[in-house]
Amino acid sequence: MISAGIDVGTRATKAVLLRGHSIMARAQTTTGFDRPAAAKRALEEASRAAEVSFDSLTEVAATGAGKNAVSFAKKPVTEVVADARGSLHFFPNARTIIDVGVEEARVIKCDDAGKVVDFAMNEKCAAGAGAFIESMARALDLTMDEMGTLSLQSHNTIPLNAQCVVFAESEVVTLMHTKTDKRDIARAVHDAIASRIGSLLRMIGIENQVVFVGGLARNTGLVESLRKNIGVELLVPESPEYIGALGAALTVANEIAGK
Amino acid sequence: MIEGKLHAYSVMRTVAGSSQSAQKALAWALDGTNLERNDIAFTVATGYGRVNVDFANKVITEISCHARGANWIWGPPVRTIVDMGGQDCKAIRCDQNGRVTSFVMNDKCAAGTGRSIEVFADLLQIPIDEIGTLSLNVETEPEPLSSTCVVFAKSEAISRLQDGWDKKRILAALCSATARKVAVLLRRVGVEKELVVTGGIAKNVGVVARLERELGIKSLPVANPTCDPQLAGAIGAALFATDAIGKKEPPKLRFS
Repeated sequence: MISAGIDVGTRATKAVLLRGHSIMARAQTTTGFDRPAAAKRALEEASRAAEVSFDSLTEVAATGAGKNAVSFAKKPVTEVVADARGSLHFFPNARTIIDVGVEEARVIKCDDAGKVVDFAMNEKCAAGAGAFIESMARALDLTMDEMGTLSLQSHNTIPLNAQCVVFAESEVVTLMHTKTDKRDIARAVHDAIASRIGSLLRMIGIENQVVFVGGLARNTGLVESLRKNIGVELLVPESPEYIGALGAALTVANEIAGK
Repeated sequence: MIEGKLHAYSVMRTVAGSSQSAQKALAWALDGTNLERNDIAFTVATGYGRVNVDFANKVITEISCHARGANWIWGPPVRTIVDMGGQDCKAIRCDQNGRVTSFVMNDKCAAGTGRSIEVFADLLQIPIDEIGTLSLNVETEPEPLSSTCVVFAKSEAISRLQDGWDKKRILAALCSATARKVAVLLRRVGVEKELVVTGGIAKNVGVVARLERELGIKSLPVANPTCDPQLAGAIGAALFATDAIGKKEPPKLRFS
């Protein structure tokens, strides 16, 4: 039996197909303005990759900011549950899960049985989400990958005083004008957002093992800044942006298996 | 100011380097008067870049200056001042002499400051001084933008445009969201009549009208229509300078 999970994010929509509990295929597409169309596109692409017909996919669960736009999904799964299920699939001993997306950051605490016991999130302020790094990368004329790489090369800690993305952008421009090393600016940007995610984590308490998922977990500079901030090693799965979609697919798979 | 009377003024955008901007604004204010730089007996600098004004004899916070300036422009009944600038927003309470009794400010988040209006002026390609009037030109008042963050509000506005909203409606939603945030700040400090609005946002009728509606009180109109409410801080600083001359404070240059 095949189950599918779709994660409709604010930027990208991801789909994962499972046979039983093993991954058959995955695909992603830009969300854009038409969320139902994006969900359909991602799932169609995944079904092509898995060589199964789109119409045969009946066991579909949706998660993410646009989960309610997926009319062909059997049920919506909250992002918190999806993140936890998906992370525990790769790291069964995960107790703390961090998910940083473009417009949202979430931290989740699980007990020994993998049950969600607490969570905290920031969805109000872009300064604690990926949009912050994107905005600064644009000001610095760097790609997200370059931001991460350059940040790791920095040996200087410089403070970024502005809290707000809008104000921080001006501050970064000022730093560029005063000929501050781009590597140090990149690190300052990651340190700033890491400290905000760190505060969110301390609200729920940090317990080993800590897993970092979501698109921003691909940013090696952010991973390092966050590791330094919380003083704990972070486990990052191979394709961290698919964890939500995987988690949604797993909830369906578990239902089928009668768990 | 000459002996407590407004003589000449200028308003211009702050460019890189607060000191040069201050020099230019001063030169512009003197332009067309029969005065020269040397005729100025005492200079007080205020505002965000006040410490960078190297020719000032003294620096005083913009909070004190706005209260003092508002007291001069509108008179002793002023008790509450909203000063909304391009980068922060302050709610100030003062006594009948224009002395500050308490204040709260937001300088952390661009939402609820003039900066958010600038961001939208840029996004929608509308001159900033037309935003207030345009925002009032809607048939029905839309819900305020629901996002707190300016970055998210921008995405929200783009989605609304996709839904077929016109620019005026977006601006109405922006101005009412801004007014709400300012009202929260004002309620924290407590609103007492009379209320006045200073800073650049005083010129945005869309925000001011909605703020008045939100609070259920009217702000005082500018008594003297030739006096720009954006000048309140500078007028306050000039009044403090007048005091210093009266008290015979030595006009020492701060950086000499």
